[in-house]
Amino acid sequence: MSLDDLYRRVIMDHYQHPRNKGTFEDGTVSIELNNPTCGDRISLQLHLEEGKITKAMFTGEGCSISLSSASMMTEAVKGLTYEQALELVDLFSRMMLGEDVDVEKFPLEDIEALTGVAKFPARIKCATLAWKALEKGVNEHK
Amino acid sequence: MTNPWKKDFPILHQQVNGHPLVYLDSGATSQKPYPVIEAMSQYYEGYNSNVHRGVHTLGTKATDGFEGAREKIRKFINAKSVQEIIYTRGTTTAINLVASSYARMNLQPGDEIITTVAEHHSNFIPWQQAAKATGATFKFFPLEADGTLDLAKVAEMITPQTKVIAIHHLSNVMGTVQPIKELAQMIHAVGGVISVDGAQAAPHMRVDVQDLDVDFYQFSGHKMMGPTGIGVLYGKKALLEQMEPIEFGGEMIDFVDLYDSTWKELPWKFEGGTPIIAGAIGLGAAIDYLEAVGMDTIEEHDRKLATYAAEQMGQIEGLTIYGPKSERTGLVTFNLGDVHPHDVATVLDAEGIAVRAGHHCCQPLMRWLKASATARASFYLYNDESDIDALVKGLKKTKEYFGHVFR
Repeated sequence: MSLDDLYRRVIMDHYQHPRNKGTFEDGTVSIELNNPTCGDRISLQLHLEEGKITKAMFTGEGCSISLSSASMMTEAVKGLTYEQALELVDLFSRMMLGEDVDVEKFPLEDIEALTGVAKFPARIKCATLAWKALEKGVNEHK
Repeated sequence: MTNPWKKDFPILHQQVNGHPLVYLDSGATSQKPYPVIEAMSQYYEGYNSNVHRGVHTLGTKATDGFEGAREKIRKFINAKSVQEIIYTRGTTTAINLVASSYARMNLQPGDEIITTVAEHHSNFIPWQQAAKATGATFKFFPLEADGTLDLAKVAEMITPQTKVIAIHHLSNVMGTVQPIKELAQMIHAVGGVISVDGAQAAPHMRVDVQDLDVDFYQFSGHKMMGPTGIGVLYGKKALLEQMEPIEFGGEMIDFVDLYDSTWKELPWKFEGGTPIIAGAIGLGAAIDYLEAVGMDTIEEHDRKLATYAAEQMGQIEGLTIYGPKSERTGLVTFNLGDVHPHDVATVLDAEGIAVRAGHHCCQPLMRWLKASATARASFYLYNDESDIDALVKGLKKTKEYFGHVFR
């Protein structure tokens, strides 16, 4: 177990320079999720149009893993259909369980950097929080 | 000087992630010495049996062990009678029992419950909900910047409407010790009661419920070297006698008729169901261990360690320590610059150092501290300065590591 498996440079880049951080006016759904055991919090806004996610932004509090994962997720889902987004949630969850998933399927290469989280069981919930918010938002709307 | 007690704790002699374990999370749960583990296996191996009902020999032995532990607890906190010692599942259950039974029976609209924002959720939500259910007002004593109380301000808030003060004895985040004796005098002067969450205090300092003159006092076995699943509610006999049980079943009844029932006398009327027999016996063994070392020795040891830790950690640039400057008992809560406490805890864990990170079941306090989360190192008898030196080294490494990856 090496720390460098967890804190990959690309993760720290998303943490320090989060993509899609903030809020916007014409959101279709907004989801608030907490991780009550550790205090991480995410607020995710999605704009949905004609069966697709056209925009995703987030605000929140959390560690490097949870915030970088949110940054990557919001980048990755833009332009995806609801079904594609839900498939991605499933793919990501399986990756966190340590399954050998095809990382090529992620529309954003950076996400592969989070594979190392699976080796740190205490941190898996940090990484999945934003994805759970996405799943909830899409399921509520579709 | 090597720590003379560490050898008694088998779990501490192992490697974690390639490093000797440095356990600094006793505020969450403490480790158990051999005598506690042995007392519980002796019960299961030698005299496991239900209590209070068997005529057979094992049943008598189990009852003696179970009730003998109650007497040890009585002596440990200097209660007047074993009838004032109620076994519970832990501090949470004990507080809920008071809030559900005493508070709901005695409070009405216009009455006040006063607490603080520094309570653990388990000493906060039961009272919040009791206030909601009875129409009582839920109020908060103002905290000073370091988490202490200004008794002059407290005195102004206590009125004849104040029926309950619910407060922690020793803060699980700030390490602050609250002036319980003074608060008890103030609330008794207006005819109210004080209920004290002693989950953190009972393991670290001598508690004398008669000297403090508290009405209710709750604590958990697992934070004081005993097993999980056993805790204690102390209550003054006169108050416990007027309270109704909230759990009904076997063990707690006197006579059961078709349309009504009567209860056993104290303490059993609050102990429905087969009790936590091995847990009580384990807690009794833990008290024997603590008393053999001496609570004064333990208090001094934990205080010295916390002071040393605060001094050493305070020298790390960018590290913020929460809580009082002096008079800190058993723990140091902190943040390391902009590094999130989860990230701090993960790097420390890679060095074999176990600390707590998160909101410590104190969301209102975290908001008051304006921190979404913090890290906490907590100490006990089996820790020594070498553990703190390892922590400081680990924190410096954490800082260096994130300084590097942040670039």
